[in-house]
Amino acid sequence: AAVTAELEAKIAEIQADAKVRAASNPGLTEYAPKRESGYGLGRKARTEEIAAWDIDVLPDGRGLPQGRGDVFTGEEVFAEKCASCHGDFAEGVDNWPVLAGGFDTLADKDPVKTVGSYWPHLSTVWDYVHRSMPFGEAQTLTPDETYAIVAYILYSNDLVDDEFELSHENFSGFEMYNKGGFLIDDRPEREYARWSSEPCMENCKPSVEITMRATFLDVTPENGGESVMNDAKADDTPTFVAKAATSDATGGEAETAAPSPAIDPALLASGEKVFKKCKACHAVGEGAKNKSGPQLNGLIGRPMGAVEGFKYSKVFVAAHGEGRIWDETALTEFLAKPKSYMKGTKMSFSGLKKEEDLAAIKAYLKSFGE
Amino acid sequence: NEADPLITEVQEWASATGVGVDETPYGMPISFEKDVVRRNVEWLTASPISSINFTPIHALDGTITPQGCAFERHHSGAIELRKEDFRLMVNGLVDTPLVFSYQDLERFPRENHVYFCECAANTGMEWAGAQLNGAQFTHGMIHNMEYTGVPLRTLLNEAGLGAAGDLTGKWVYVEGADASSNGRSIPMEKALDDVLVAFKANGEALRMEHGYPVRLVVPGWEGNMWVKWLRRIEVTDAAVESREETSKYTDVYEDGTARKWTWVMDAKSVITSPSPQMPVSHAPGPMVISGLAWSGHGKITRVDVSRDGGITWQKARLGKQGDSKALTRFYLDGDWDGKAMLLQSRAMDETGYVQPTKQQLRDSRGENSVYHNNCIQTWYVDENGVVENVEVS
Repeated sequence: AAVTAELEAKIAEIQADAKVRAASNPGLTEYAPKRESGYGLGRKARTEEIAAWDIDVLPDGRGLPQGRGDVFTGEEVFAEKCASCHGDFAEGVDNWPVLAGGFDTLADKDPVKTVGSYWPHLSTVWDYVHRSMPFGEAQTLTPDETYAIVAYILYSNDLVDDEFELSHENFSGFEMYNKGGFLIDDRPEREYARWSSEPCMENCKPSVEITMRATFLDVTPENGGESVMNDAKADDTPTFVAKAATSDATGGEAETAAPSPAIDPALLASGEKVFKKCKACHAVGEGAKNKSGPQLNGLIGRPMGAVEGFKYSKVFVAAHGEGRIWDETALTEFLAKPKSYMKGTKMSFSGLKKEEDLAAIKAYLKSFGE
Repeated sequence: NEADPLITEVQEWASATGVGVDETPYGMPISFEKDVVRRNVEWLTASPISSINFTPIHALDGTITPQGCAFERHHSGAIELRKEDFRLMVNGLVDTPLVFSYQDLERFPRENHVYFCECAANTGMEWAGAQLNGAQFTHGMIHNMEYTGVPLRTLLNEAGLGAAGDLTGKWVYVEGADASSNGRSIPMEKALDDVLVAFKANGEALRMEHGYPVRLVVPGWEGNMWVKWLRRIEVTDAAVESREETSKYTDVYEDGTARKWTWVMDAKSVITSPSPQMPVSHAPGPMVISGLAWSGHGKITRVDVSRDGGITWQKARLGKQGDSKALTRFYLDGDWDGKAMLLQSRAMDETGYVQPTKQQLRDSRGENSVYHNNCIQTWYVDENGVVENVEVS
């Protein structure tokens, strides 16, 4: 492969510098040799392979596939595929990101950094939704669906009206609210010179007072290994009650309920693997809590829509009213095609296609009782 | 003062036999050390699948982090990718777009280097004030390993950069094979300098959670750029400005403008023992104060330790220095008088930069930052040896 003279010069410069560094530090590896003409390793990438993987979209819109989607379509697709985490109006559920609003908050304490208020390029939204979303089903959105979702996110931010359609044709003309809001790392000018003088060693300040303690906020996780957590109250002065360090402090490993031995361990293992698809939204096992989906302990035999504290969609509230039970048949049919078995469910999962996956996930879920 | 039965009586382990060599083909730490594990802070993120855990730095010594307790951060979960299924594409502004197999990578000349990898969000929760009681939680988004890999410039050279023309202003966009793909843009100058395409850490294959079989190593720069399960390297004429380089890994100043492309991790240090999870468990007298220091700009040249909250400082003794951009261990060996202390450490690197106080950082950047908090940490040690995370005037 041909290499420009400029690259040669750059590499020579870097390697010369590296030699100096290596000489001054015998612990350092000697740098690897370089072969002028290359090593002849690897094979030529095929055009269709590059097309499959090279999907990034640049700020000027380069890399976008052709397509279009309007706000109205976007609202539907968003409700189906995004709302379980981001909320129907892109307002965010639990700890999941808020996508809308927050304008004029960037200079406030705790700014609300949303797609609308903060993201400088529309390309970033398109690229990220298309390559990484929905969470747990990445790379399943078509270009048209992506255009529609992005149009809806803009609409939810009041940046376009409800007639708006986004396409490869009008994409690069769209300017984001915070387009001019970023400057390139200015630490070198802002800080480095100021913080590079010989530091003080003696009498550096007259006195020192404790101004804040971690105890005030008390957000350290429990079971911090050998941590000795003092029980001082927030308004106490900094005096502490002694506690010896104990070697048998709890280790913090989360134990899951032991699976019943009657079940085929291989099936259970593959069930655990299939459950990875569910983990983003559901927890199971000892201490499992509701996430964006309800916890799944004791699922088989449990009434539908029955987990306390979980906000179910209408269809599950209705099923609960009818006294419907999660038996094996119901679970199989639901997991095979969630949206057709439970029309209106917020669960954005397309379903398990393979019989063996369905059998495995049922065996796995069965192994967790109450 | 009676004789110690552990010495005067024959103990079971001194009489019966122990465990055979085929008991644990791949060993785990002895059961007494089961507390030395990574830990998660649940409230930080919405799901453990897109989250981070923390290295138990309070319980380690030396500088090398064992892989099994080195912090993990992933955006769509750690994936299982077999070497046989691994493909690495180099495309974009290159003379010949190429696809490498795992085996291809092992046929290029390779190098070994020790580097630290620190998440830009390390200590991020402390901007608002002292929050978490433990060096693991305040400073544990860091690890330090010996990497084996091929310089990125070797692979770029193999594909040929003639097509890129003038290399000024050119970029390399890297992405992973997982569902998040976590793409980042790296300026060409860095790509041609010390970036490694690595497949071993501390002598053995990378762990799944660290990107098995191949990850990028971007020495001195924020951990998010160290793309795991590396699958594609694209030479471009502009930064992609992906989600991870605009919406995340940027910080807002007080006037609402944000700064981006803050890649280098500035000099920083922390005392790991004593610390809230490592209280002083002995009487006054000889005492070792120990900690870690590092800089993304090169070598650590000096670390000072204060016992009185920054009024007086003493030079600490540096352990053997590692490579540039690697963790350095420091010790202050002295006597504890049994009185309360406000412990601090302050690192200096080869550029002359001195680790700032939290107040200096706040004066410079405001309080709305998330990333790049490299402030001096204070631990309050009371007369009973209990340690707490505090802020001081």
